Amino acid sequence: MKFGVVIFPGSNCDYDTYYALKNIFKQKTTFLWHKEHDLKNVDCVILPGGFSYGDYLRSGSIAAFSPLMQEVKEFALRGGLVFGICNGFQILLELGLLPGAMLRNEKLKFLCQFIHIRVENNKTSFSHQAKKGQILKVPIAHFDGNYFASPETILEIKKNSQIVFRYSDAKGQLNEEANVNGSAESIAGLINKAGNVLGMMPHPERASEVLLGSQDGRIIFESIIAKLS
Amino acid sequence: MKVRILVSFKDSVLDPQGQAVKNTLHTLGYSSIKDVRQGKVFELELEGISKKEAEKIIPKISDKVLANPVIEKFSWQIIEKG
Repeated sequence: MKFGVVIFPGSNCDYDTYYALKNIFKQKTTFLWHKEHDLKNVDCVILPGGFSYGDYLRSGSIAAFSPLMQEVKEFALRGGLVFGICNGFQILLELGLLPGAMLRNEKLKFLCQFIHIRVENNKTSFSHQAKKGQILKVPIAHFDGNYFASPETILEIKKNSQIVFRYSDAKGQLNEEANVNGSAESIAGLINKAGNVLGMMPHPERASEVLLGSQDGRIIFESIIAKLS
Repeated sequence: MKVRILVSFKDSVLDPQGQAVKNTLHTLGYSSIKDVRQGKVFELELEGISKKEAEKIIPKISDKVLANPVIEKFSWQIIEKG
Protein backbone atom coordinates (compact mmCIF):
# COMPACT_ATOMS: atom_id res chain seq x y z
CA MET A 1 0.00 0.00 0.00
CA LYS A 2 1.48 3.34 -1.04
CA PHE A 3 0.46 6.97 -0.67
CA GLY A 4 1.40 9.75 -3.07
CA VAL A 5 1.58 13.43 -2.09
CA VAL A 6 1.43 15.76 -5.09
CA ILE A 7 3.65 18.86 -5.04
CA PHE A 8 2.80 21.99 -7.02
CA PRO A 9 4.87 25.17 -7.08
CA GLY A 10 3.56 26.94 -3.97
CA SER A 11 2.35 23.85 -2.09
CA ASN A 12 3.56 24.16 1.50
CA CYS A 13 1.80 21.38 3.41
CA ASP A 14 3.34 18.62 1.31
CA TYR A 15 6.03 17.79 3.84
CA ASP A 16 3.63 17.88 6.82
CA THR A 17 1.38 15.43 4.95
CA TYR A 18 4.34 13.21 4.03
CA TYR A 19 5.59 13.31 7.64
CA ALA A 20 2.17 12.32 9.01
CA LEU A 21 1.79 9.40 6.59
CA LYS A 22 5.37 8.13 6.84
CA ASN A 23 6.33 8.85 10.44
CA ILE A 24 3.04 8.78 12.33
CA PHE A 25 1.07 6.24 10.31
CA LYS A 26 4.13 4.30 9.09
CA GLN A 27 2.94 4.14 5.49
CA LYS A 28 5.01 3.88 2.28
CA THR A 29 4.78 7.42 0.95
CA THR A 30 6.20 9.13 -2.12
CA PHE A 31 6.13 12.66 -3.52
CA LEU A 32 4.58 13.20 -6.95
CA TRP A 33 5.81 16.23 -8.92
CA HIS A 34 2.99 18.03 -10.73
CA LYS A 35 4.82 18.11 -14.08
CA GLU A 36 5.25 14.32 -14.29
CA HIS A 37 2.78 11.90 -15.83
CA ASP A 38 3.52 9.08 -13.41
CA LEU A 39 1.42 8.25 -10.35
CA LYS A 40 4.01 5.63 -9.34
CA ASN A 41 1.33 2.99 -8.64
CA VAL A 42 0.11 4.69 -5.49
CA ASP A 43 -3.14 3.53 -3.91
CA CYS A 44 -4.16 6.94 -2.66
CA VAL A 45 -3.34 10.37 -4.07
CA ILE A 46 -3.23 13.30 -1.68
CA LEU A 47 -3.40 16.90 -2.85
CA PRO A 48 -1.86 18.87 0.03
CA GLY A 49 -2.53 22.35 1.35
CA GLY A 50 -0.68 25.52 0.47
CA PHE A 51 -0.80 28.23 -2.16
CA SER A 52 -0.22 26.44 -5.46
CA TYR A 53 0.67 29.03 -8.10
CA GLY A 54 0.25 31.70 -5.45
CA ASP A 55 -3.54 31.35 -5.69
CA TYR A 56 -3.23 33.27 -8.97
CA LEU A 57 -6.48 33.69 -10.95
CA ARG A 58 -8.45 31.59 -8.41
CA SER A 59 -7.17 29.28 -5.68
CA GLY A 60 -6.31 25.94 -7.23
CA SER A 61 -7.32 27.00 -10.75
CA ILE A 62 -3.91 26.82 -12.39
CA ALA A 63 -2.82 23.68 -10.50
CA ALA A 64 -5.91 21.97 -11.91
CA PHE A 65 -4.30 22.28 -15.37
CA SER A 66 -0.98 20.69 -14.25
CA PRO A 67 0.12 17.72 -16.39
CA LEU A 68 -0.20 15.19 -13.53
CA MET A 69 -3.82 16.17 -12.90
CA GLN A 70 -4.83 14.37 -16.10
CA GLU A 71 -3.58 11.12 -14.53
CA VAL A 72 -5.19 12.02 -11.19
CA LYS A 73 -8.52 12.63 -12.92
CA GLU A 74 -8.34 9.26 -14.71
CA PHE A 75 -7.26 7.55 -11.47
CA ALA A 76 -10.30 9.05 -9.73
CA LEU A 77 -12.64 8.03 -12.55
CA ARG A 78 -11.31 4.45 -12.18
CA GLY A 79 -12.28 4.56 -8.48
CA GLY A 80 -8.88 5.39 -6.99
CA LEU A 81 -8.89 7.19 -3.63
CA VAL A 82 -8.11 10.90 -3.91
CA PHE A 83 -7.91 13.15 -0.83
CA GLY A 84 -7.67 16.94 -1.21
CA ILE A 85 -6.75 18.98 1.87
CA CYS A 86 -7.41 22.73 1.87
CA ASN A 87 -5.75 23.93 -1.38
CA GLY A 88 -6.17 20.30 -2.47
CA PHE A 89 -9.93 20.64 -1.98
CA GLN A 90 -9.88 23.86 -4.02
CA ILE A 91 -8.00 22.04 -6.83
CA LEU A 92 -10.55 19.18 -6.83
CA LEU A 93 -13.37 21.74 -7.18
CA GLU A 94 -11.62 23.53 -10.04
CA LEU A 95 -10.95 20.16 -11.69
CA GLY A 96 -14.65 19.32 -11.46
CA LEU A 97 -14.00 16.11 -9.48
CA LEU A 98 -16.13 17.65 -6.72
CA PRO A 99 -19.18 19.89 -7.23
CA GLY A 100 -19.32 23.55 -6.24
CA ALA A 101 -16.68 26.23 -5.77
CA MET A 102 -14.85 28.18 -3.07
CA LEU A 103 -15.38 31.86 -2.36
CA ARG A 104 -13.47 34.27 -0.12
CA ASN A 105 -14.26 33.77 3.57
CA GLU A 106 -17.46 35.62 4.40
CA LYS A 107 -15.89 37.93 7.02
CA LEU A 108 -12.92 38.64 4.71
CA LYS A 109 -10.33 37.42 7.21
CA PHE A 110 -7.67 34.76 6.77
CA LEU A 111 -8.69 32.22 9.40
CA CYS A 112 -5.90 30.44 11.22
CA GLN A 113 -7.35 28.65 14.24
CA PHE A 114 -8.62 25.39 15.70
CA ILE A 115 -12.26 24.64 14.89
CA HIS A 116 -14.57 21.67 15.28
CA ILE A 117 -16.14 19.55 12.59
CA ARG A 118 -18.94 17.06 12.97
CA VAL A 119 -18.94 13.73 11.14
CA GLU A 120 -22.11 13.72 9.00
CA ASN A 121 -21.43 10.58 6.99
CA ASN A 122 -19.38 7.76 8.50
CA LYS A 123 -20.03 5.32 5.69
CA THR A 124 -17.21 6.62 3.49
CA SER A 125 -13.69 5.29 2.86
CA PHE A 126 -12.39 8.36 4.71
CA SER A 127 -14.64 8.33 7.78
CA HIS A 128 -15.84 4.77 8.44
CA GLN A 129 -13.76 4.46 11.62
CA ALA A 130 -15.57 7.46 13.11
CA LYS A 131 -19.01 7.58 14.70
CA LYS A 132 -21.79 9.61 13.11
CA GLY A 133 -21.98 12.88 15.00
CA GLN A 134 -18.41 12.55 16.31
CA ILE A 135 -16.72 15.90 16.87
CA LEU A 136 -13.16 16.42 15.66
CA LYS A 137 -10.97 19.32 16.74
CA VAL A 138 -8.83 20.28 13.74
CA PRO A 139 -7.02 23.42 12.56
CA ILE A 140 -7.92 25.54 9.57
CA ALA A 141 -5.71 28.06 7.77
CA HIS A 142 -7.43 29.62 4.80
CA PHE A 143 -8.75 32.79 3.18
CA ASP A 144 -10.95 31.15 0.52
CA GLY A 145 -12.86 28.41 2.31
CA ASN A 146 -16.41 29.66 1.86
CA TYR A 147 -18.04 26.71 0.07
CA PHE A 148 -20.65 27.62 -2.56
CA ALA A 149 -22.94 25.54 -4.74
CA SER A 150 -26.19 26.30 -6.56
CA PRO A 151 -29.46 25.27 -4.84
CA GLU A 152 -29.82 22.39 -7.34
CA THR A 153 -26.30 21.15 -6.57
CA ILE A 154 -26.91 21.40 -2.81
CA LEU A 155 -30.04 19.26 -3.22
CA GLU A 156 -28.05 16.67 -5.17
CA ILE A 157 -25.24 16.69 -2.59
CA LYS A 158 -27.71 16.12 0.23
CA LYS A 159 -29.63 13.46 -1.69
CA ASN A 160 -26.42 11.48 -2.23
CA SER A 161 -25.14 12.00 1.34
CA GLN A 162 -22.01 13.70 0.00
CA ILE A 163 -21.52 15.98 3.01
CA VAL A 164 -18.90 14.25 5.17
CA PHE A 165 -17.97 17.00 7.65
CA ARG A 166 -19.74 20.15 8.79
CA TYR A 167 -18.36 23.02 10.87
CA SER A 168 -19.87 22.79 14.35
CA ASP A 169 -19.19 24.07 17.84
CA ALA A 170 -17.43 21.90 20.43
CA LYS A 171 -20.79 20.39 21.42
CA GLY A 172 -21.70 19.48 17.85
CA GLN A 173 -24.20 22.30 17.30
CA LEU A 174 -24.38 23.93 13.88
CA ASN A 175 -24.61 27.71 14.10
CA GLU A 176 -23.41 30.90 12.47
CA GLU A 177 -20.56 31.30 14.94
CA ALA A 178 -19.21 27.80 14.27
CA ASN A 179 -19.47 28.24 10.52
CA VAL A 180 -16.49 30.58 10.56
CA ASN A 181 -16.10 31.07 6.82
CA GLY A 182 -19.80 31.21 5.87
CA SER A 183 -19.87 27.96 3.90
CA ALA A 184 -23.17 26.80 2.42
CA GLU A 185 -24.70 24.16 4.70
CA SER A 186 -21.64 24.57 6.97
CA ILE A 187 -19.84 22.20 4.61
CA ALA A 188 -16.26 21.51 5.72
CA GLY A 189 -15.73 18.28 3.82
CA LEU A 190 -17.38 16.74 0.76
CA ILE A 191 -17.15 13.53 -1.26
CA ASN A 192 -18.07 12.88 -4.87
CA LYS A 193 -21.09 10.76 -5.76
CA ALA A 194 -18.95 7.62 -6.21
CA GLY A 195 -17.43 8.15 -2.75
CA ASN A 196 -13.75 7.83 -3.70
CA VAL A 197 -12.79 11.52 -3.76
CA LEU A 198 -12.83 13.61 -0.56
CA GLY A 199 -12.10 17.30 -0.19
CA MET A 200 -11.91 19.05 3.18
CA MET A 201 -10.74 22.51 4.21
CA PRO A 202 -9.37 21.66 7.71
CA HIS A 203 -5.92 20.05 8.09
CA PRO A 204 -6.09 16.56 9.63
CA GLU A 205 -2.35 16.05 8.94
CA ARG A 206 -1.73 18.81 11.51
CA ALA A 207 -4.05 17.15 14.03
CA SER A 208 -2.46 13.70 14.16
CA GLU A 209 -0.15 14.21 17.13
CA VAL A 210 -0.97 15.41 20.65
CA LEU A 211 2.12 17.63 20.36
CA LEU A 212 0.31 19.87 17.83
CA GLY A 213 -2.80 20.27 19.97
CA SER A 214 -5.10 17.54 18.71
CA GLN A 215 -4.92 14.06 17.30
CA ASP A 216 -8.55 14.01 16.16
CA GLY A 217 -7.36 14.01 12.56
CA ARG A 218 -5.95 10.49 12.91
CA ILE A 219 -9.31 8.86 12.34
CA ILE A 220 -9.45 10.05 8.72
CA PHE A 221 -6.05 8.57 7.83
CA GLU A 222 -6.81 5.41 9.81
CA SER A 223 -10.05 5.01 7.84
CA ILE A 224 -8.20 5.31 4.53
CA ILE A 225 -5.51 2.84 5.66
CA ALA A 226 -8.11 0.34 6.90
CA LYS A 227 -10.02 0.65 3.63
CA LEU A 228 -6.90 -0.02 1.56
CA SER A 229 -5.72 -2.93 3.73
CA MET B 1 -5.99 42.31 -31.98
CA LYS B 2 -6.88 43.17 -28.41
CA VAL B 3 -9.76 41.59 -26.58
CA ARG B 4 -11.15 42.69 -23.22
CA ILE B 5 -12.92 40.12 -21.08
CA LEU B 6 -14.87 41.03 -17.95
CA VAL B 7 -15.39 38.36 -15.33
CA SER B 8 -17.71 38.93 -12.40
CA PHE B 9 -19.65 36.89 -9.88
CA LYS B 10 -23.07 35.59 -10.85
CA ASP B 11 -25.91 37.54 -9.30
CA SER B 12 -26.74 34.69 -6.94
CA VAL B 13 -23.26 34.75 -5.40
CA LEU B 14 -22.50 36.82 -2.32
CA ASP B 15 -19.67 39.30 -2.92
CA PRO B 16 -18.30 40.37 0.49
CA GLN B 17 -15.42 42.28 -1.07
CA GLY B 18 -17.91 44.35 -3.07
CA GLN B 19 -19.81 44.97 0.16
CA ALA B 20 -16.62 46.08 1.91
CA VAL B 21 -15.98 48.58 -0.90
CA LYS B 22 -19.57 49.83 -0.68
CA ASN B 23 -19.27 50.36 3.08
CA THR B 24 -16.04 52.30 2.59
CA LEU B 25 -17.74 54.57 0.03
CA HIS B 26 -20.60 55.14 2.48
CA THR B 27 -18.10 56.02 5.21
CA LEU B 28 -16.68 58.60 2.82
CA GLY B 29 -20.14 60.12 2.40
CA TYR B 30 -21.24 58.68 -0.94
CA SER B 31 -24.66 57.56 0.30
CA SER B 32 -26.05 57.29 -3.22
CA ILE B 33 -23.98 54.11 -3.87
CA LYS B 34 -26.58 51.37 -3.60
CA ASP B 35 -24.46 48.35 -4.44
CA VAL B 36 -20.93 47.39 -5.52
CA ARG B 37 -19.93 44.18 -7.27
CA GLN B 38 -16.26 43.51 -7.85
CA GLY B 39 -14.89 41.65 -10.88
CA LYS B 40 -11.81 41.11 -13.00
CA VAL B 41 -10.64 42.52 -16.32
CA PHE B 42 -8.45 40.47 -18.67
CA GLU B 43 -6.90 42.02 -21.73
CA LEU B 44 -5.64 39.54 -24.29
CA GLU B 45 -3.41 40.45 -27.18
CA LEU B 46 -3.82 38.06 -30.12
CA GLU B 47 -1.96 37.79 -33.41
CA GLY B 48 -2.13 35.56 -36.46
CA ILE B 49 -5.82 34.90 -35.95
CA SER B 50 -8.92 36.09 -37.79
CA LYS B 51 -11.83 37.87 -36.11
CA LYS B 52 -13.98 34.81 -36.78
CA GLU B 53 -11.48 32.46 -35.17
CA ALA B 54 -11.09 34.81 -32.20
CA GLU B 55 -14.86 34.87 -31.72
CA LYS B 56 -14.70 31.06 -31.44
CA ILE B 57 -11.83 30.73 -29.01
CA ILE B 58 -12.46 33.67 -26.67
CA PRO B 59 -15.66 32.23 -25.17
CA LYS B 60 -13.88 28.86 -24.79
CA ILE B 61 -10.88 30.41 -23.02
CA SER B 62 -13.18 32.48 -20.83
CA ASP B 63 -15.36 29.55 -19.84
CA LYS B 64 -12.54 27.08 -19.27
CA VAL B 65 -9.84 29.21 -17.65
CA LEU B 66 -10.60 32.86 -16.98
CA ALA B 67 -13.94 32.32 -15.27
CA ASN B 68 -15.21 29.58 -13.00
CA PRO B 69 -18.68 28.95 -14.50
CA VAL B 70 -19.97 27.69 -11.13
CA ILE B 71 -19.71 31.16 -9.62
CA GLU B 72 -18.75 33.58 -12.40
CA LYS B 73 -20.12 34.98 -15.64
CA PHE B 74 -18.19 36.74 -18.36
CA SER B 75 -18.60 39.13 -21.27
CA TRP B 76 -16.07 40.14 -23.89
CA GLN B 77 -15.40 42.56 -26.72
CA ILE B 78 -12.71 43.24 -29.28
CA ILE B 79 -11.22 46.60 -28.31
CA GLU B 80 -8.54 46.86 -31.00
CA LYS B 81 -8.66 45.32 -34.43
CA GLY B 82 -5.55 43.93 -36.09
